[in-house]
Amino acid sequence: MIPAAFDYKRATSAAEAIALISEYGEDAKFLAGGHSLLPLMKLRLAQPSVLIDIGRLRDLSYIRDAGDHIAIGALTRHMDVENSTVLAEHVPLLAHAASHVGDAQVRHRGTIGGSIAHADPASDLPATTLALNATYVVQGGNGTREIAAKDFYIGFLESALAADEIITEIRVPKMAGAGWNFQKFNRRAQDWAIVGVAAWRRGSESGVALVNMGSTPVLATSVSAAIAQGASVADAAKLASADADPQADLNASVEYRIHLAEVLVRRALDASS
Amino acid sequence: MIEGDCIVQIRVTVNGTTHESDVEPRTLLVHYVREELGLTGTNVGCDTSSCGACTLHLNGEAVKSCTVLAVQADGEQITTIESLAVDGVMHPMQTAFMENHGLQCGYCTPGMVMASISLLNENPNPTDAEVRLGLEGNLCRCTGYHNIVKSVLACAGAMAVSGGK
Repeated sequence: MIPAAFDYKRATSAAEAIALISEYGEDAKFLAGGHSLLPLMKLRLAQPSVLIDIGRLRDLSYIRDAGDHIAIGALTRHMDVENSTVLAEHVPLLAHAASHVGDAQVRHRGTIGGSIAHADPASDLPATTLALNATYVVQGGNGTREIAAKDFYIGFLESALAADEIITEIRVPKMAGAGWNFQKFNRRAQDWAIVGVAAWRRGSESGVALVNMGSTPVLATSVSAAIAQGASVADAAKLASADADPQADLNASVEYRIHLAEVLVRRALDASS
Repeated sequence: MIEGDCIVQIRVTVNGTTHESDVEPRTLLVHYVREELGLTGTNVGCDTSSCGACTLHLNGEAVKSCTVLAVQADGEQITTIESLAVDGVMHPMQTAFMENHGLQCGYCTPGMVMASISLLNENPNPTDAEVRLGLEGNLCRCTGYHNIVKSVLACAGAMAVSGGK
């Protein structure tokens, strides 16, 4: 399988990438690591007429301690997120979740910004950054703005990004000693989660997000509200699907997903408490 | 712009030799290596970045060349299975696969070997579990996984003894 023909432009800066996408319009797509986009293009589920390669914007590959949060350049690869000592110290949940993305080969190419921009509800990092209350910094024709992760995911593979915007940075609050856990349930190694859970807890505060439990990554606010009100983990986990809208597919029925979500949220919060 | 009209010139160093080529942007790295350069040791398996048969090294790291465009490799260093043996002497990983019966039909083997070398570069002394997890992106449909894992562990031991040579 090879993608349909397209024109190829290489950007040397974020500003040039935005100028190029403005020039070529909605038929153009940004190419970062390509590990979400190229498989879709092979299947003709995406058929951009122009690819604007932002994969060489090396100045957007970094992980920095920025005081109350860690700033991660959008072009940082999963492998670099996984192995980051800064993240291991301050946001271990994100480093750990990155180690679950695809396989080693995929993590050598795929980028955190690409994964988030792709907005796949079955991907690990959109949900994990959602649980962590991250903010995405985006740049476009109208300048720079920040979008909270909770406002970013709009629909299946659909985000609040405008056509001429790229994510430049992911800002993740430091976890400050919170307990955390990541659950990924799948049948085969390297697969997407049938259901996944990213969770952290610090006393009555918590963040819980679900992978593959709807058309977007899902913030399980009902679970966190119950924890805040003193509910037991087992009781809070019963609300795991309260904010979700899971779909049936080859791997799981709706009922099975709802069951899995409760079990995995309970395990994740038990391990975080 | 007519579809398919766009040609990009790339300059890629493959196994130490620099090649300048004109490619369509949609050319996958695996097809470039196999068809343009004639290096057919890298296999196409699933073509969907699942099986790992097309694994080669891009700047020293294992990647699935069915999911990398040739234009993305412009200016980069590629290593394929063909470069491992030097003057007829196999790479320690190849020797380990041979000695431990790490292959049956052999189709997954180039990808397995390239992925395994990348794995040991990042983790020179892995546990059995780390090898299994590290090779999760490579499928062997003969299901010869036990001996593949044994091969990688044997190679890690051999390389430790020889000081990484």
